[in-house]
Amino acid sequence: MSTAAPTRTTAQVSGPSTGGAGAKILLHVVLVALTLVFLGPLMFILMNSFKGRFFISDQPFALPLGDYFVGADNYLNGLQATGFFTAMGWSFLITILSVVVIVFFCAMTAYYITRVKSRWTSALYLLFVFSMVVPFQMVMFPTVKIADILNLDNPLGMVVLYLGFGSGLSVFVFSGFVKSIPLEIEEASMIDGCGPVQNYFRVVMPMLKPVMITVAILNAMWVWNDYLLPYLVIGLSTPYKTIPVVVQQLVGSYGSNDMGALMAMLVLAIVPIIVFYLASQKYIIEGVVAGAVKG
Amino acid sequence: MLKSLRRFGPVFVGPTLIAFLIAFLVPFAIGLYLSLCQFTTVTDATFIGISNYIDAFTEEQGFVRAIGFTALVTIVSVVSVNIFAFAIAYALTRKLKGTNFYRTVFFMPNLIGGIVLGYTWQTIINAVLLHWNTTLVTDSLHGFIGLVVLINWQMVGYMMIIYIAGLQSVPKELIEAAQIDGAGKWQTLRNVTIPMVMPSITICTFLTLSGSFKLFDQNLALTNGAPLAETEMAALNIVNTFFARSGFEGVGQAKAVVFFLLVSAIAFIQLRSTRSKEVEA
Repeated sequence: MSTAAPTRTTAQVSGPSTGGAGAKILLHVVLVALTLVFLGPLMFILMNSFKGRFFISDQPFALPLGDYFVGADNYLNGLQATGFFTAMGWSFLITILSVVVIVFFCAMTAYYITRVKSRWTSALYLLFVFSMVVPFQMVMFPTVKIADILNLDNPLGMVVLYLGFGSGLSVFVFSGFVKSIPLEIEEASMIDGCGPVQNYFRVVMPMLKPVMITVAILNAMWVWNDYLLPYLVIGLSTPYKTIPVVVQQLVGSYGSNDMGALMAMLVLAIVPIIVFYLASQKYIIEGVVAGAVKG
Repeated sequence: MLKSLRRFGPVFVGPTLIAFLIAFLVPFAIGLYLSLCQFTTVTDATFIGISNYIDAFTEEQGFVRAIGFTALVTIVSVVSVNIFAFAIAYALTRKLKGTNFYRTVFFMPNLIGGIVLGYTWQTIINAVLLHWNTTLVTDSLHGFIGLVVLINWQMVGYMMIIYIAGLQSVPKELIEAAQIDGAGKWQTLRNVTIPMVMPSITICTFLTLSGSFKLFDQNLALTNGAPLAETEMAALNIVNTFFARSGFEGVGQAKAVVFFLLVSAIAFIQLRSTRSKEVEA
C-alpha cells in the first residue's frame, strides 16, 4: 500500500478539497494532539521506570529528576524477581517455532483442500473456518487436560497447540490465495514430469511467499502476546514461562507493592515489539490489511 | 485434475489435522459433552443433563450481569472506535504532510499484548484519579470507562488502516461527479464516500465487535473484575468459574457453550446486516 497520497489530477484523493491553510493548520494541531495521546502512555511508563516506587504512586507525573531518580534499580529488581530475559528467550523460541510450523504446514494443507475436491476436504475447510469464531473459553478446559495427558506442557508441546489453534485463520487466508492461482502453471509442471510433491515445493510454494509473510505476521502478533494458553498449559512452576506470564506473575506476587519493578518490566516487554514494528512496518501493515480484508 | 495429488493427503493434511484435532476438534466435542456433566477432571465426569445450564443463569453466578456489562462495553467501544478510526482515516487521506508518520504512530498500540497494555493503563488511570483521591477499582464506572478507553487506544489505529485502504479505493470519478452535480462536503461524504467504503465498515465492525465481546487479557490486567466482580466481562467470568473455586467446572463449561453460541449469533447477524448495505460502484 503506498502511503503517499497519489498525485492530484483535478479533485482531492478522496473527498472534497481541504479548505484553506487555516483548516490544514487546525487539522495538524489535532493530529499532533492525537500523537501525544497515542505515545503518552508509553512515555509515562518509561519515565516512571526510572523513579523510586514511592514517587510513582505519590507523584506519578513528575519527571525522574533529583531525588526521584533511581537509575537502573527498578530494572535490576524486576529482572531479579521475574527472570525476565529467560522468559523473553522462551517467548522468542515458542513464537518463532510456532510461526514457522504454522506457515509451513497450513500452506500445504490449504493447497491440498483447495485443489482436491471431495466431501472430506470441503468438510475440513468448513471446520477450519468454524474454529475462527469459537471463543477460546469453549475449548479451554478440555484442551488443557489433553495437553497434560499428552505431555505437551513444554515449549515444543506449545508449538503443537499453536499449530492447532492457528490453523483456522491460516488455512483460510492461504486457501483464498491458492484459489486465485491459475491451474495452467501446475499442469505445465506436471507435464514436464514433476510429481505432486515436487510440484508443490518447486512451483506452488514460491508463489505463496507474499501470503506466507501475511500469515507469519498475523500469527507472530498473536502467539507472542498470548497469555492464557501458556499460563494454563505450562503453568507457573516450570522454567518455560513466557513474557505475558511473568508480567502477570510479578503483579500477583509483589508487583503490587513494587510499582517501579513493574514499570521497568512493562518497558522491557514493549521494547522488542516496537523494534520489530519499526523494522518491518511495511509488511506488518500490509499483512494486517490483507488478513482483515480476506476475513 | 491433479489426480496424483489425492494420494498425498496424509503428507499435506496430516500434521495440521493432528494438531487441529488435539487443540480444537476433540476439545470442542468434549466441551459440549462436559457441559452436561458434573466433573473436576475430564476423566471423572458423570452425566447430569441440563442442570449446569440452569445453574449458569442463577444470580450468584454473576454470568447474566457479566454478559450485560460485556454488551455495554462492546456497544460503546464499537461505536467510538469506528467513528474515531473513520475520522482519522478521512483526515489522513487528504494531501497532508506527515501522514506516514501519523499512521505509524496510531497503529503501534495494536501490537502490544493485552496483559502489558492492561497494567500500563491501570497505572496511568490510577495516576489521573489520584487527583480526586480515588482509584480505578473504587467505582465500577471507572473500570467501565477505563476499559472503553483502553479498547479505543488499542483498536483505533488498526481500524484506521483498514478504512484508509477502503477510502483510497473509492473511484475519484465518483467524487468528482458528485461535486459537479453540486453536492457539498457532507452530502458527498454521506451519499458517495460512506456507501462506497461499506465493505471496510463491515470488516471493522466485525473485528471491533468480536474483539471487545471476547476481551479477556485486558480485563484481567486492568481491573480483574473489581470492585466485587462488577467490571467482570463474560470471558473473565467463565475463566473464574473454572479456576477460582472448585466444584463449578460443569457450570463454567455450560457458560462457555452459551458464550460460544452468543458470539456466533452476533457475528452472523452483524455480517448479514452490514453486508446487505454494501453497494456496487
